[in-house]
Amino acid sequence: MSTAIEMVDVLDEPKAIEGRSPFVLAVHRLRKDKVAMISLVVILLIVLMAIFAPVFTAITGHPPNEQYRDIGLTPDGLPRGPNGTFWLGTDDLGRDILVRIAYGARVSLLVGVAATAITVVIGVVLGLAAGFLGGITDTVLARLIDVVLSVPFLLVAIALVSVTGPSLTVTVLVIGFFSWASVARIVRGQVLSLREREFVEAARSLGAGNTRIMFVDILPNVIAPVIVYTTLLIPVVIVTQATLSFLGLGLPPPTADWGGMISASQNYYTTAWWFIMFPGLALLITTLAFNLFGDGVRDAFDPRSDRS
Amino acid sequence: MNDDVLLKVEDVRKDFPTQSKEVVQAVAGVSLEVHKGETLGLVGETGCGKSTLARCMAHLYDVTSGSVTFEGKDITKLSRKAMRPLRRDVQVIFQDPYGSLNPRRRVGSIIGDPFAIHNIATGKERKKKVQELMELVGLNPEHYNRFPAEFSGGQRQRIGVARALALRPKLVICDEPVSALDVSIQAQIINLLADLQKEFDLTYVFISHDLSVVRHVSTRIAVMYLGKIVELAPTDELFGQTRHPYTRALLSALPVADPDTADSREQIILGGDIPSATNPPEGCRFHTRCPKAKLDCAAEEPPLESVLDDSWQHRTACFYPLTVGEDLSTAVPDLKAS
Amino acid sequence: MALLEVRDLQVSFDTPDGTVRAVRGLSYDVEAGQTLAVVGESGSGKSVSTQTITGLTRGATVSGTAFFDGTDLITADQSTLRRLRGAQIGMIFQDPLSSLHPQYRIGWQIVEMIRAHDHEISKQDARKRAAELLTLVGIPRAAERIDDYPHQFSGGMRQRVMIAMAMALDPALLIADEPTTALDVTVQAQVLNVMRRLQEQFGTAIILITHDLGVVAEMADEVVVMYAGAVMERAPRRDIFYRNHHPYTQGLLASLPARSGDRLTPIPGTPPSLISLPKGCPFAARCPHVFDKCRTEAPPLIDVARDPRHQSACWLPPENSEAIAS
Repeated sequence: MSTAIEMVDVLDEPKAIEGRSPFVLAVHRLRKDKVAMISLVVILLIVLMAIFAPVFTAITGHPPNEQYRDIGLTPDGLPRGPNGTFWLGTDDLGRDILVRIAYGARVSLLVGVAATAITVVIGVVLGLAAGFLGGITDTVLARLIDVVLSVPFLLVAIALVSVTGPSLTVTVLVIGFFSWASVARIVRGQVLSLREREFVEAARSLGAGNTRIMFVDILPNVIAPVIVYTTLLIPVVIVTQATLSFLGLGLPPPTADWGGMISASQNYYTTAWWFIMFPGLALLITTLAFNLFGDGVRDAFDPRSDRS
Repeated sequence: MNDDVLLKVEDVRKDFPTQSKEVVQAVAGVSLEVHKGETLGLVGETGCGKSTLARCMAHLYDVTSGSVTFEGKDITKLSRKAMRPLRRDVQVIFQDPYGSLNPRRRVGSIIGDPFAIHNIATGKERKKKVQELMELVGLNPEHYNRFPAEFSGGQRQRIGVARALALRPKLVICDEPVSALDVSIQAQIINLLADLQKEFDLTYVFISHDLSVVRHVSTRIAVMYLGKIVELAPTDELFGQTRHPYTRALLSALPVADPDTADSREQIILGGDIPSATNPPEGCRFHTRCPKAKLDCAAEEPPLESVLDDSWQHRTACFYPLTVGEDLSTAVPDLKAS
Repeated sequence: MALLEVRDLQVSFDTPDGTVRAVRGLSYDVEAGQTLAVVGESGSGKSVSTQTITGLTRGATVSGTAFFDGTDLITADQSTLRRLRGAQIGMIFQDPLSSLHPQYRIGWQIVEMIRAHDHEISKQDARKRAAELLTLVGIPRAAERIDDYPHQFSGGMRQRVMIAMAMALDPALLIADEPTTALDVTVQAQVLNVMRRLQEQFGTAIILITHDLGVVAEMADEVVVMYAGAVMERAPRRDIFYRNHHPYTQGLLASLPARSGDRLTPIPGTPPSLISLPKGCPFAARCPHVFDKCRTEAPPLIDVARDPRHQSACWLPPENSEAIAS
């Protein structure tokens, strides 16, 4: 009851005339979080690497899919380790791993963002509808969420891809289709509690209709948890995409992507450590950066610190 | 006489289903009238149905049975759309100054809501109106762009008042508007409500569990117990000629900030708890705790009517109403069959 | 010597926005068998002070002393405090549900509590004692209800259970932090009645923390009025109500609907921030009698009447209390 936060809230006479929105406050807190800021810098570096992947080709002179069977492979036909020409070594076909990691970042980020976007849009709309409208809509959607969440994702993904053939679009759609349910569940839960809040009743007493209440009163309050969930969802999606590629369900060769590279390196991990090490590190650093950043975002948006 | 009735509640019942298939009788048949310009106080303890009744009056709940008539028009059956124009006339001020304001929206847009919803003013004009309202309720209009969290409890309640008054309503239902506030701030808000009532000819229904607040603001008071009105009277009469044993007990339980009175008065300490509204007692709902209860109280429900020599304005639901000066602290219930 | 002697207690918390000075130089005595009411509004520091004394504040910077029966509670280690809490100092809070474990039967919780402090007592005896305690606080059919879970009790009944637990080991001091704030008035009257009766029977001293001046008038022997973390006025009960000195005390009483005529007289403005407290008297900005000195120098707590128990932290001359005595 009498915690410090409580008292600040009661007593602190606000100073600024321009109101500080909860969002601005969260960003303010986030900027003070060192780990999150370092993670953000790492994420930005990875994004830059993806955007400027051709620059890596220009500097090294190695296009991503060019197979250097002469200089890129040992006389026994094995990958070459890091050296002056191939900074991070070559793969089993004599391609430059550094350049392929840079190009692979494009795939990971693209899928990460696109699939997450689909997930969030579907999840928020359906979650909002289920939670707010209630009744039969809610029953149907809630059951649908349960069904989607209980489908063995990988099995169905494998089956789907083997029917349609692997492609970027299929990957994005498959991931998006199977991930929205958890977002919808979160949003639905939030809306169910928000719907009972007095400010919604207040809006009703003013004569506001359902649409207005849903979008003007409820949606802004759902955004914070959705942002938090989204930043934590991106690394999951990236790993999922890598997993699909690893299983041969990703992008058709010779497109460079991290999961495919790790998959191809399997037979060489005793002879060519760099082949598995560098794509693996790229994946690890990316997901770690997103996760740490996501943690920071969650702490910054924590409603308990809303008022400080 | 009928001309000055603004809102009429007739035999309103409101049931809520519970998870165990039982029914909570939140409001169990209430009739009353709200007259133009008055402040009707609704007082009672947790679960007496006062807030539910208020929400039925504002048509925030659909009643289970009975009717609510506003300016001669039955509003109980109105659809949300048909109710909309009437929303301008009936407004609500909520208890929780934290919960009733959307934390993610700026104060200017919260107070501007009524204008936006009813398409009354937009842009600069709306902003001007909102700032006038802010000034009216004692807020700094320059704080237009702030968020609710940046205000203290009392200031937030002012925001709620400004929003409720935006459309110049005829009836304002105040649901425990000061219960969450500290005493020194509480007095500020009560005075504000009184000033606004005078200025805009408002009619209030004022709900509170705090008898001393209700006594201060109300012209008439309805005391509720377990979904029913047990006594309804002009304020002075309710305190001067208390008829219902429950009203007396409520008055006696109220701590008074005056040591002499506190030391000298005989307190009536009611036994037991308020019974469950899913399974209210037969007969008079208060008979299980009433010091004066007799056998017929358990069998039959007393009607709300004028008792003893009271005028029609003072109605009590009791078979054995108190006389002035009657000592209730020594009374003993007699529920045995003779 | 008083049962509890608190001297110059200071409590502050570090928050991202700055240091919150929750309690500033609080001193009071609690005499055995007496009730001391600590009254104040939100953020006055009234609850923080007793939480600190009983070792329940985390992450606070604390200074000062609080001698209870020869032990300084501020410097005592956790195990000493744990032994004292319950055995010597009983506590009840505003929300009894959060203090009772929802998964265990009421009786079991009281028995555990008794046995934690009294290793000699047998389970049967402890259970018998628990039933006695529940009867004592007015729970009907205590022998049956002892095996109920907390959710099967109403709010008022739960608060009685809390009182029973707090009184289980016959403590010398009971700290009641807003014990009836969450209860309805008729139930509040019952609970206050139980507290009064137990005090008479066992001679327990009570620190009653409340915002309700009505409860103060009914229960207190002495009163401490707090504002913005500091004591504004301290006096025996009748002096607080009839011969008060501090403008804040006067303002609080004048705000009460029961004491006013047609129009209430609120205290204008809001309390100061505990992070950036004003120089001088914390109440200066809202005080109707404010003069220059109030804004520069904080008034100390000084005697304002012949009775040495009556002190006020205000620069106004002692006659101020006589002026409103009528």
